[in-house]
Amino acid sequence: MRVKRLAPKPAQIETPAQVDLSLLDPLIKKYKGKKGSMIPLLQGTQEVFGYLPRAAFDKISKEAGLNLNDMYGVATFYAQFRLQPVGKHIVKVCHGTACHVQNATKITEALEDTLGVKDGETTEDRLFTLESVACLGCCSLAPVMMIGDETYGNLNGKGASRIVKEIRRSEQN
Amino acid sequence: MEKLKVTVDIGSSGIAAGAGKVNTKLKEIIEQDNLPVDLKQTSGIGMCYKEPLVEIKDADGTYLYGDMTPELIEDVLHSHLKLNVPLEKYVVHTANFDTDHNAFMNDQVRIALRHCGIIDPEIIEEYEQYEGYEAIKQILNNKVSPTDVIQTILDSGLRGRGGGGFPTGLKWKFAHNSKSDEKYVICNADEGDPGAFMDRSLLEGDPHAVLEGMIIGAYAMEATGGVIYCRAEYPLAIKRLNIAIEQAHKKGYLGKDIFGVKGFDFDIYVKEGAGAFVCGEETALIASIEGERGMPRKRPPFPAVRGLWDKPSNINNVETLANIPWIIKNGAEKYAAYGTEKSKGTKVFALAGKINRGGLVEVPMGISLEDVIYKLGGGIPDGKKLKAVQLGGPSGGCIPSHLMDTKVDYDSVTATGAIMGSGGLVVMDETTCMVDVARFFLDFTRKESCGKCTFCRVGTKRMLEILTRITEGDGKPEDIDNLLELGEEIKKNSLCGLGQTAPNPVLTTIRYFRDEYEAHINDKKCPAHHCKALLDYEIDAEKCTGCTVCAKACPTDAITGERKEVHVLDQEKCIRCGECYSKCNFDAILVS
Repeated sequence: MRVKRLAPKPAQIETPAQVDLSLLDPLIKKYKGKKGSMIPLLQGTQEVFGYLPRAAFDKISKEAGLNLNDMYGVATFYAQFRLQPVGKHIVKVCHGTACHVQNATKITEALEDTLGVKDGETTEDRLFTLESVACLGCCSLAPVMMIGDETYGNLNGKGASRIVKEIRRSEQN
Repeated sequence: MEKLKVTVDIGSSGIAAGAGKVNTKLKEIIEQDNLPVDLKQTSGIGMCYKEPLVEIKDADGTYLYGDMTPELIEDVLHSHLKLNVPLEKYVVHTANFDTDHNAFMNDQVRIALRHCGIIDPEIIEEYEQYEGYEAIKQILNNKVSPTDVIQTILDSGLRGRGGGGFPTGLKWKFAHNSKSDEKYVICNADEGDPGAFMDRSLLEGDPHAVLEGMIIGAYAMEATGGVIYCRAEYPLAIKRLNIAIEQAHKKGYLGKDIFGVKGFDFDIYVKEGAGAFVCGEETALIASIEGERGMPRKRPPFPAVRGLWDKPSNINNVETLANIPWIIKNGAEKYAAYGTEKSKGTKVFALAGKINRGGLVEVPMGISLEDVIYKLGGGIPDGKKLKAVQLGGPSGGCIPSHLMDTKVDYDSVTATGAIMGSGGLVVMDETTCMVDVARFFLDFTRKESCGKCTFCRVGTKRMLEILTRITEGDGKPEDIDNLLELGEEIKKNSLCGLGQTAPNPVLTTIRYFRDEYEAHINDKKCPAHHCKALLDYEIDAEKCTGCTVCAKACPTDAITGERKEVHVLDQEKCIRCGECYSKCNFDAILVS
């Protein structure tokens, strides 16, 4: 049977005006020609932009001499890398074993409710991205979530909602 | 007057519990009133359930305070300074009197964790004060040969603490015997097991011990370079490792001609992992360091022959390496005196889940699970009954309550169908559904499978589908047999440890909790009252006050009734979301 392939929708590609690619120059200079540099380059790029913009792939590929296919392969293999822009605050809800048995699902559900997005999505105002992560390693405080560098432990659904609501309020002021 | 020594526990779990605020408050009051206090920091002692912890040392002894807040710490400090007595109510551990929590610390044998919660991990001199870097100096001063160092490790009986349990000395010997101009010592700090945090606490609390372990390894295996592959999710561990590496450089413990020995060149750098559980596997980890997708490859050749950059490499886990300096300093015999015949020494466990005292404990091998959970862990909260203990994370299994006399050593644990693993020990009580737990782990391994082997890639997906079906009430009688068959095939036909162990959580739960599976499939009931789709809700007419809260909460209007009159639930309309149950203030919603 012949399978007719659907032509993929052209991805929205940022113009370089939206993404200041020159920010990558020091990074490329640091890692160019070094072996094993692909992951640090991608990590560095994500640190600059919060995600991996398409244009950055092209620039790094050209200037650091990396294969674009390999870069895409690595970027999609590891959980850390994001190909879409994220919200200002990334809400990481721990779904490790300890958190799971202490009902982490309820936390995610409550946050989905409060933020109006599904797990993995970003709110329309670009303030929050809701994520599930494997384990934050604070198991004795389960269930746990992390926003920025701040960790919140012994949560329940209401408590978690209150925390994001407070952040939203302080952002609006 | 002698100065009071105050040490704040600033590790990840301490910070999460609010140690930063306590520390700031301490600084404030000490400065404000110019108090005679020496304020220091350390990292998690392991009593995570009582964080934030503050230790106060006065003329009479040492007192560890738990559950500190900025307000409480002020009272505690003043009690010591003005009244010269500890505020007993908040003391969680001291040698001077009994506390409810003394057993947590007293029943431990701390070798790997020897410095955690004692030294400031960001100051190399503090590590040196406690015999730090003496093991390697002892080797170099006495000109102990690399083969003798390896022999000591072999004699100690130390086995890989990351989960594999392979004798460390043997591994070192293989790498030693591979001749090459370049060789690597790699520390696996990619602690991906959900429910395990031993490695993080060790790296945060005693980074120099890991560095010293690696330096000793480099000497024994004649390695030229070192890499610590650490999860990017552990920012504090990475920060402290980098501080430690810089300090070791300044002291001449890393770099060229280290410890003043001509030709002994060795350096270490930290490589941040990008989040892939499969990278705990040696060959996948190496691929990841090389900047590629972390996919395992066939062995042999083993990394000891061809590893990082195709050079001989040796990979050890964090806890394994932290034990090395102690073994060299104290001798193999002293280490081997702990433990059982085939499992020597101690093991660190991360206690979590439904347990009163969650945290890190280090116990001699051979101690029973019962002792770990009840004596150290303080049992199960809220008077609930223990159902099972999950050991070994997604690669491990669930050990049921009637096997709590199982000894914690590699062979006894393996006999139950679980594995020792890296030391994550998650306690489950009667409210935990075992089918759901199995589904949870399969969901994890299915996501983390790299996709190389068909059985792991597709098999875990099929198993997950079956398990999800069962928890949703659509299980079929043949499902259990299908799970067993799939599980065996995946174990047999996968290349690396991830696939070979992925079915374990399912196989052990079927082995010990088959009745729960059958209840889900045949009776459409979840005995633990966890699986939403299998619950029935009813309104208790005696308790219902007619407050209308449940009716308002119900998204499908299945609950009706007048104010101040008993409400009625229409089973036809009920979607079993549990909203009414969680909203009712009078326990009037019954679950069955």
